[in-house]
Amino acid sequence: MAEKLKVATCSLCGCFGCHMSFLDIDERILDLIKVVEFDRTPITDIKHISHCDIGIIEGGVANAENVEVLREFRENCDILIALGACAVNGGIPAMRNSFELKECLEEAYIDGVGVHTKMIPTDPEIPMLLNKVHPIHEVVKVDYFLPGCPPSGDAIWTFLTELIEGKPISFPYTQIHYD
Amino acid sequence: MVASTDPELNPQAFTSALLASAGNDSCELLQMLHALQLQFNHIPQASISQLSEALSLSETYIRSVIGFYTFLHETPRGEYDILFSDSITDHMLGSRLLLSDLCDKLGVERGVPRKDGRVTVDTTSCTGLCDQGPAILVNGRVLTRLDAHKIQNIALLIENCTPLDEWPSDFFRIENNIRQSNLLLSHNQCNGEAVQKCIDNGADKLLEEIDDSGLRGRGGAGFKTALKWKFCKEAHNGGTNDRVVVCNADEGEPGTFKDRVLLDSQADNVFEGMTLCAGIIGARQGFLYLRGEYLYLKPQLEAVLAKRRDKGLLGKNILGKHGFDFDIEIHMGAGAYICGEESSLIESLEGKRGVPRKRPPFPVTHGYLQKPTVVNNVETYLAAACIAASGSEWFRSVGTEESSGTKLLSICGDCEHPGIYEVPFGTSIQQILDACGASDVQAVQVAGAAGMTIPPEEFERSIAFEDVPTAGSFMVFNNERNLLDMVQNFAHFFVHESCGFCTPCRVGGALMKDLVDKLTDGKAGRYDTDEMRNIGLLMKSTSHCGLGTTAPNCVLDMLDKFPYIVEEKLAHHASYEPAFDLDEALQEARDISHRNDSRAHIRTDT
Amino acid sequence: MKDSDTFTLDGKTIPFQPGDTIMDAAMRAGEYIPHLCHNPEFAPHGSCRVCVVEVNGRQVSSCTQPASNDLEVKNNSEELVQMRRSILQMLFVEGNHVCPGCEKSGACQLQAVAYYTGMLSPHFTHFFPRRPLDASHPDTVIDFDRCILCELCVRASRDVDGKNVFALDDRGIKTHLVINSPSGKLGDSEFAVTDKAAHVCPVGAILPKHQGYEKPIGERLYDKQPISVVGDVAANEDKE
Repeated sequence: MAEKLKVATCSLCGCFGCHMSFLDIDERILDLIKVVEFDRTPITDIKHISHCDIGIIEGGVANAENVEVLREFRENCDILIALGACAVNGGIPAMRNSFELKECLEEAYIDGVGVHTKMIPTDPEIPMLLNKVHPIHEVVKVDYFLPGCPPSGDAIWTFLTELIEGKPISFPYTQIHYD
Repeated sequence: MVASTDPELNPQAFTSALLASAGNDSCELLQMLHALQLQFNHIPQASISQLSEALSLSETYIRSVIGFYTFLHETPRGEYDILFSDSITDHMLGSRLLLSDLCDKLGVERGVPRKDGRVTVDTTSCTGLCDQGPAILVNGRVLTRLDAHKIQNIALLIENCTPLDEWPSDFFRIENNIRQSNLLLSHNQCNGEAVQKCIDNGADKLLEEIDDSGLRGRGGAGFKTALKWKFCKEAHNGGTNDRVVVCNADEGEPGTFKDRVLLDSQADNVFEGMTLCAGIIGARQGFLYLRGEYLYLKPQLEAVLAKRRDKGLLGKNILGKHGFDFDIEIHMGAGAYICGEESSLIESLEGKRGVPRKRPPFPVTHGYLQKPTVVNNVETYLAAACIAASGSEWFRSVGTEESSGTKLLSICGDCEHPGIYEVPFGTSIQQILDACGASDVQAVQVAGAAGMTIPPEEFERSIAFEDVPTAGSFMVFNNERNLLDMVQNFAHFFVHESCGFCTPCRVGGALMKDLVDKLTDGKAGRYDTDEMRNIGLLMKSTSHCGLGTTAPNCVLDMLDKFPYIVEEKLAHHASYEPAFDLDEALQEARDISHRNDSRAHIRTDT
Repeated sequence: MKDSDTFTLDGKTIPFQPGDTIMDAAMRAGEYIPHLCHNPEFAPHGSCRVCVVEVNGRQVSSCTQPASNDLEVKNNSEELVQMRRSILQMLFVEGNHVCPGCEKSGACQLQAVAYYTGMLSPHFTHFFPRRPLDASHPDTVIDFDRCILCELCVRASRDVDGKNVFALDDRGIKTHLVINSPSGKLGDSEFAVTDKAAHVCPVGAILPKHQGYEKPIGERLYDKQPISVVGDVAANEDKE
């Protein structure tokens, strides 16, 4: 039997919805793990990626840590995939781009309803926010894009099976949507 | 404050007077806005309301017209409104340093009126004075050959509120710099000779003469002039005999200034050519569309028109021929390069935003107010007049088979003798470089920002419609120059001048500019240069008009013919580089949190 | 001898009538050429350039190009599909098109044409412009983030409603939609929800208030079938 493909996934500035949708492939995951082995993913809880055949990124790039993780994925993955609206175009988090970062932080930590200790956090442990949220292709080269908020389990299945089988990837009409 | 009743100072009275003299014609909207801008340093809100009421146009519509033209403003500019010509050749003569110097001296931020309202300092697209730059416009008047000393004087004059009329007159000196004359520039001024021939020999005979001469449009595209006139003459547009002759003097192509010189030194022949065209096609109405930058030429052109009316060369029954009625009106542009495109120019003549029309129909059948209209370049009318006076053989004796006659070139950049050169078609680029005293040449930009970049190995090519066509711009760059500066200047120019109508030019042009900036900043990878090519090719094939289809030329020429410029910039980079400066993108967060630890930065050296 | 004037579209014979554009004739023949700024109820505009086709080796916008005899028109070549996709991607990065947060999603022509051309990502670098929302009108909201500058509302308000509520201001990449009212807000304008201009927006820029997300995902206009089968947003609005 051929060696299994190594796959890593992560969520940057996303909601993990794409990962949930990935799990919507349900029992087909048993077929999948016959041919792939998971490296860093939220499921395996491995913290750092090693060399992988495929890296799957959910979420956009909103802070310095996102940049770091994304670069680590790009350096270690032969094929990098943007999964879901946020990775593809910034998605819902990018709606903050209509405001100054200061306005966002003040709304969250000073002026917002129910805020008691009015202070914008400055702890060095907290990743610094970029002034805007970007889709991942604005930071690293991306090989494939699968849009959707989230892409359906079926779309993810179509994509992965065709990619792994080395077929040209084509989706039924109903599997591609941007929402 | 009590509103002044002096119409010179009172916007309402001034606007009423404008409306009255324009007969409440909405085609005059742009002309009225231009006059208001000059009078009040902006278009007052009260005037917008008044125009809206009188012309039955919405205020938003009027604002959208103001918004289209860079010389028009809804908020006041300074009493002294200074615009630095932003052509690459002005840069090469040190304009950017002078600009920041003047801003410093006056304590003013570029583009923002000073708090006391005294002055604004800003840039504008090429003002057509590249042979005597760096140039600026002050309240529509031209100052040439700026240097640090003049800048110091200008700052003082402004601080002292010295009226422009009292500024040293040599500041305003404009030279024609005619270096080489041929057929056209040595032709005598026609005072009706060409028009008389049209009357004596008949319109058909004269059209034949123009046809035999092989004259092609001097605006660059090279359409046969006689054919255009014939199409217009024969256009059956609702059976109207109401045809229009338009002279395109919106000389906006960076590096071009020959129309300025022609209008200064050969205006009679230009108007003679227009009148000849009117005689041939049967037009009654004529326009000279003069770019806003050449406002200072207007009074003398009006004087030439008045003189020609006195001589019976314009007006009713021209040269005594019953029913030969034709007159010419000067319309001012207001800072929009796109209006050099003939259908945009017509829209602008009608007082609208200068957005290019759909074609077909073409102006020869549906032009100004849907009337059959001929639009030609200044030089074309001039040539037509000379051909009518001196014959097609005379004209054909010079030039090539496909490109008869001569071409006026506006030469600037790295050469000893910038100025106007009238060269026979077929003259090689090398011959021209020798004539203007250019050596150690890295490249020549022919036909302006929209034209082509010619490397030394192509200097044997010649100026001709069949080889290197040009409306006249000829910019020389020596080996000391970084051609990427030129490409960047042009990329910014096209973003500034795009009308925004079609997607590829509006968005593609802006994406292209960002990529050129990224390359210039040394932050681009090979992926980006591939993107530049893809965007450029898309713009070329899918844009609505010539602006969009030619805008990427300089980038594509750089990629194809000057790969070393690109390679130098790519040398230290991965093929794929981020679209934005990652560490810079944390600056706002650093400012807010006052953090500057290592985690408050992103390394950008990968 | 032929009984009528025809041209070919990807090899198919398409009859046309005098005055037809390529788009007119193709639509009548049931052939789909992707488009956004074109709406057959209005004069051809030609600004979005999505309807680009190839005629004798030259790219033209089919909505403005007059049909003429024996033209050989290419519509669905890989090259043209790629061009359309790039133009759509430009429109996506120019505005802020957050489909997951848009009521029009699933029934949006920009989205549907993008699906049709196989667009999987916006590809280019986003501009992320800042364009405030206008919710001042009691019945209609304008989200400028989604405006693609097709000028259909401008044309409808001017040519059908006789109100001139909309215009485009500025130029180039700064071009933007403006509203004719003292405050610049829709609520202060003469706009009414019954206006034609309220029903021509191909995207989610002009939307009715007091309703939203009425059709569940899966049953929206373009959820099951592509736009080439379903037709334009405006055409379907008329059916409802």
